[in-house]
Amino acid sequence: MGRSVAITGFGQTHHAARRWDVNGLELIQEAVTRALADAGLTIKDIDAVVIGNMDHFEGINYVDTWSIEGAGAFLKPIFKVTTGGTTGTTVGIAAYYHVAAGLFDNVLAIGWEKNSESDTTGAIITCSDPIWDRFSYSGAIPSLAVEASAYMKKYGITEKDAARVTVRDRGNAVKNPYAHLRTAVTLEEVMNSPMLTEPIKLLDICPRSDGAAAVIFSSAERAAKICRQPAWVHAVSVRHDTTWFGDIDYTEMHSLAHAAQEAFRLAGIRDPWNELDVCELYMPYSFAGLKWIESIGFCKPGEAPKLVWDGATDLGGTLPMNLSGGVLSTNCIGATALLRIGEVAHQIMGKADKRQVPDVQLGMATGFGGCFWSDVMILGAKKP
Amino acid sequence: MTVNKVAVVGVAQTRFARQKSDQNFADLVYEATTGALEDAGMTIDQIDNVVTVSNDFWDGRTISSMAVMDACGSYGKNISTVEGDGTFGALYGAMRIWSGSFGTTLVVAHSKGSEGDPFLITNSMFDPFYHRPLGLEAISSAALQAQAYVDRRGASPEDWAHVSVKNHQNAKRNPYAQLPLDLTVEKVMSSPMKSYPLKKLDCSPVSDGACAIILADEDRIKHSQQKPVWLKGVGYAAELHYLGDRDLANPLALKIAAQKAYSMSGIANPTKDLDFLEVYDAFSYMEPLWLEGLGISLPGEGGKLAREGVSAINGRLPVNASGGVLSAHAVLVAGLVRLIEVVLQIRKTAGAHQLDRARIGLAHGINGPCGQSHCVWILGEI
Repeated sequence: MGRSVAITGFGQTHHAARRWDVNGLELIQEAVTRALADAGLTIKDIDAVVIGNMDHFEGINYVDTWSIEGAGAFLKPIFKVTTGGTTGTTVGIAAYYHVAAGLFDNVLAIGWEKNSESDTTGAIITCSDPIWDRFSYSGAIPSLAVEASAYMKKYGITEKDAARVTVRDRGNAVKNPYAHLRTAVTLEEVMNSPMLTEPIKLLDICPRSDGAAAVIFSSAERAAKICRQPAWVHAVSVRHDTTWFGDIDYTEMHSLAHAAQEAFRLAGIRDPWNELDVCELYMPYSFAGLKWIESIGFCKPGEAPKLVWDGATDLGGTLPMNLSGGVLSTNCIGATALLRIGEVAHQIMGKADKRQVPDVQLGMATGFGGCFWSDVMILGAKKP
Repeated sequence: MTVNKVAVVGVAQTRFARQKSDQNFADLVYEATTGALEDAGMTIDQIDNVVTVSNDFWDGRTISSMAVMDACGSYGKNISTVEGDGTFGALYGAMRIWSGSFGTTLVVAHSKGSEGDPFLITNSMFDPFYHRPLGLEAISSAALQAQAYVDRRGASPEDWAHVSVKNHQNAKRNPYAQLPLDLTVEKVMSSPMKSYPLKKLDCSPVSDGACAIILADEDRIKHSQQKPVWLKGVGYAAELHYLGDRDLANPLALKIAAQKAYSMSGIANPTKDLDFLEVYDAFSYMEPLWLEGLGISLPGEGGKLAREGVSAINGRLPVNASGGVLSAHAVLVAGLVRLIEVVLQIRKTAGAHQLDRARIGLAHGINGPCGQSHCVWILGEI
């Protein structure tokens, strides 16, 4: 590890199905302005910017140069990173390396998406190989449906188990003024929602949202001047699985297991279930809230439903998850994983408002994307 | 600022061609990756992390990096993707080593211009409401910049023709180049008009190809059999997006990027201290304009270097001895090729275009229309 790095500011837009009132640049500017205000900085204090989204959702090529006026990057260093759904954590992790490398003291990470301007499925199916994979895994929902089915069959999981995850996350979103879907739902409502692709129903899957997130990463020296309690980066890890959806082992999320193991090792965490205080996990559909927490190692395979039904992952439980409402309540794709990082940072900084957990020392944020790829960032209250 | 030392220990590039119909994206990336490993005398197990460089528009695929995950050997490794010129990919690859998190990085870039419509792809980098309907894309926006260069700085299209002649001639010595050509200033000046004042031979070709580099810190260099070429300095910056808000004849962001790179590498006088340059000449006029931004020439005088033979392969300060981007332009790849060419020169393995004096060189890449964002690298033998 290089220099110690901390998060000193986080801002997000008010997310919605369609933000008629702003264009893409204004959306970005809304998040950037709020992040700067959160840190008590001005754009002059920012040394470099890193930005990401998914090109085909807005149909804008070279977003780094297109966004300069919204990002505030005039005559500043900026480049773009993008990895699909993981883009938000990819951006956050890149900003971490910018500062850890010793090149910059305050780096602004921006993730954004204006999904209302796109045909989401039309854009996303082109990630798969045009000859072999596209006909069978077109779009996000079918590949997730394959995963859910394989997981249900292997461990006897039910659709109702998954519905409990939606009830939790949507219930949490009620306390988050920025969330896109801020209404709680019941088990019956989830179970009775229209079937999209067996076994995924409408309320099992995330919405598509317009929104942006901005997070400021600072060197230790600057962090001490900016805030009393920054959120220190304890570990980052990335694992991509293969190129082909057909090559994925759908009964376990290997990339998440490996990334989490590496991140815990780097952060010196031996018992993640008991040592972590909060988690913001990129879970784009309800079944992920079961299977993927097993892959992280919070419990044995097949045992996640018990944790979730017992309330251990609810506010007040052993390890509260997705207190922001999670991805099931807001999904502005390029921003989604960066929101996870920002939300954990605010929990550590004591700025999570009505969703605040007392005395958060250690939290975990994840990103999901591509061909079942995973990113992990561990944040802590103490300087590593 | 002090950072630990990082060197380039492996490089590879494919031959560049108008259409490489025998290779898909993964094939190109595999060729570049295995080539760079072989050049470094390393195996994929000795690579700690990977940065790929690709673009969803050029590839016609969302999450374009997904198509090359297997081919770049990233399974089980930390991996990320830069969408922009390969010089920025090298930058992120180096940052990851400078951060102390990794000892080696593989950076690999690919692009197949043959598989898309360059007009639509580069039209998409502009504002969708006001600028795209005007037909602005890579060539027409460059033409506006070229004309601004004429109007505001008195630049001369004949001088640019000298650049085209020089670079295509240099390409004859480079086996990877796509367009080795014997030209004359008259031939360039009488080639068909593409977008006034740019003629066909002022413009780079559409190309397919890939390239890769391996970066290593001081400890890990021991595992390579290759002579290390050191990253001595880097700078990058961007200016405003709307063309009308910029002085297109004054590359402001390049000046800032160059100043950062010079100060990081201890260069006080670039004209004296640099032995040679590889700059992003997507169009002939860009070479002199970027040389002005880099502080090599005074404003308006960049054209003199090619006309007077200063930037020739046997001149006092050779520029684009490889043939430059004018002779092969795989978008995203081309900037990283500039860096690779600087490495080959410093190693003294550039072959027929080897320069006599090549101890410290500059590599340059751009993002966005009319060089909106620049990345400047200084590399050296010590």
